[in-house]
Amino acid sequence: MASLTLDALTKRYGDNVVVKSVSLDVRDGEFLVLLGPSGCGKTTTLRMIAGFVPPSGGSMRIGDKDITTLPPWKRNAGLVFQSYALFPHMTVNENVGFGLDMRKVDRAEITGRVAEALRLVRLEGYGERYPRQLSGGQQQRVALARALVIRPDVLLLDEPLSNLDAKLRLEVRLEIRALQQQLGLTTVMVTHDQEEALTMADRLVVMSDGAVRQVGTQSDLYERPADLFVADFVGRSTMISGAVTAPGAFRSDGGLSLSCQPSAAAGPATIALRPERLTLGAAAQGLANHATGKVTFVSYLGALLDVHVRLNDTDHVVVQIPNRSDGHVPAVGDTIEVGWPASACLVFPREAA
Amino acid sequence: MMADGRLLGRVALYGVAWLTLAFILMPLVFVTWLAFFAQEIPSFPPEGYSLKWFGAIAGNRNFVTGFTTSLQVAVAATLIGLLIAVPASLILARRQFAGSAVLNQFLLLPLVVPGVVMGTSIYVFQIETEIATGLPILGSLGGLVAGHTLLVIPWTVRLVTASLTGLDRAAEEAAQSLGANQWTTFFRVTLPAIRPGVVAGALFGFVTSFGNLEMSLFLVGPGRVTLPIAILQYLEWKIDPTVAAVSVLQILLIAVAMIITDRYVKLARVV
Repeated sequence: MASLTLDALTKRYGDNVVVKSVSLDVRDGEFLVLLGPSGCGKTTTLRMIAGFVPPSGGSMRIGDKDITTLPPWKRNAGLVFQSYALFPHMTVNENVGFGLDMRKVDRAEITGRVAEALRLVRLEGYGERYPRQLSGGQQQRVALARALVIRPDVLLLDEPLSNLDAKLRLEVRLEIRALQQQLGLTTVMVTHDQEEALTMADRLVVMSDGAVRQVGTQSDLYERPADLFVADFVGRSTMISGAVTAPGAFRSDGGLSLSCQPSAAAGPATIALRPERLTLGAAAQGLANHATGKVTFVSYLGALLDVHVRLNDTDHVVVQIPNRSDGHVPAVGDTIEVGWPASACLVFPREAA
Repeated sequence: MMADGRLLGRVALYGVAWLTLAFILMPLVFVTWLAFFAQEIPSFPPEGYSLKWFGAIAGNRNFVTGFTTSLQVAVAATLIGLLIAVPASLILARRQFAGSAVLNQFLLLPLVVPGVVMGTSIYVFQIETEIATGLPILGSLGGLVAGHTLLVIPWTVRLVTASLTGLDRAAEEAAQSLGANQWTTFFRVTLPAIRPGVVAGALFGFVTSFGNLEMSLFLVGPGRVTLPIAILQYLEWKIDPTVAAVSVLQILLIAVAMIITDRYVKLARVV
């Protein structure tokens, strides 16, 4: 295991810059997730680390070794693909043993290490089967064993769970995470599924348009998003646009006067509100910001309820409340009090469009 | 009423299917039947049955050498055709470049151009090359193989390209990440995955080359015959069932080749 360093890594196709000077440090044993919408450059970044896409600029290191120009087969990176990418004409044993065979490890040791890897992914006894005789989840575990058995310096996961059904995805997610921690694997995973990213990562990298928007832990991204994109992409937010008029004072386009944290600079800005930070009913009265609105929509999520409230012609918020049998459930058309503390307002200056 | 209509449709469908099958198989059945007729001039009904025509083949030097030559040429042309077609298919299936679509069609041309035209043009080409270089090309076994290679290429390219399109590139990338360089990846992962296409392409190429008459007529040297030429020459003088017996052997050879191939790759899945 080793650390992985990306320094100003860039990829251009003609005039189209798909990865813009990405610099990252993945610590030894860390699970880093690249998260972003499709087309944000996360997959290209991963493929540059794996060696399949030559970078247009910048450099990469594993530990102290520069790997920028090394071919894939000399990087010692374990890869797991969305499509599993097992070798269809080889048995599970042959698939898992392939990397060791390439490393000229002797037969007896291969047998032992393959069995050990299959035990790790709980597939003992499946060695003689062919990939087509396995379920999707089992195939993905074989792919994982195949990547782990070579004792890679870094483990690269490219949307590894996207082809699995929802229930299996949760299971394999926990399995991968547990293995990663148990073996202390330096890991980079690419995903567009933020729940997956949040549950698996030590740290996350949010990317969009080829650039890194923010690097941080789950709470960094959720509590202190660097910009409006992150606030919108990680978790959910309702946006209220307007302007900061004085330190700590915000006036919405719809005419609401709100108090926010005094650090925000004056000028056009957007406030992002996390739905669970808002309060409904009488309790709202005592909070720094409160307004009266009309319930336009209620969605029932089981343990939680999403209540959509229109505050005026332009401003509306979503409030998430626990679903308690003793509580009052708002109905569409109700007039209701909404309130939130100044600290709930995440203020982002609006870039001149 | 409804069920009656469906039944009628089914009967009609089966009827047409069996008629078509019979139409296709009829020549094969008659040739095989004829090969066992006792009399020298084929006429119906047969006067009796005999195996003597099969014995006559071995006694005819032209058939024996023709068979050997055809086999040699078909095997050589198929192997050379594969050596050209597999790399060509890799490029055609994976790289988009200026003219790649045109090149793809170009490689299929030998299927479209009439055999006589191909034969004539290659004949002229070989004469001109021989004059220009002084190398003994025309009428040589090499010249014949070169011509037949052209017959093999369209089949191999088409079938190998088809199996490449169905191949997941990620498997090759996985192999590379596990330490296999491009060559090892090709031989350990790509080639096994496209094997059905390669085998089927080779088989069809072999059959086409083995049965080819038009092009061979132009390219064989004096005294050299392929099996189809030997059959043609024999028919100029005689029409006894020996020719039918030769055909039966040829049909058997190809049928056996297909059955053996089908054991290893399911032809129905590739073609």
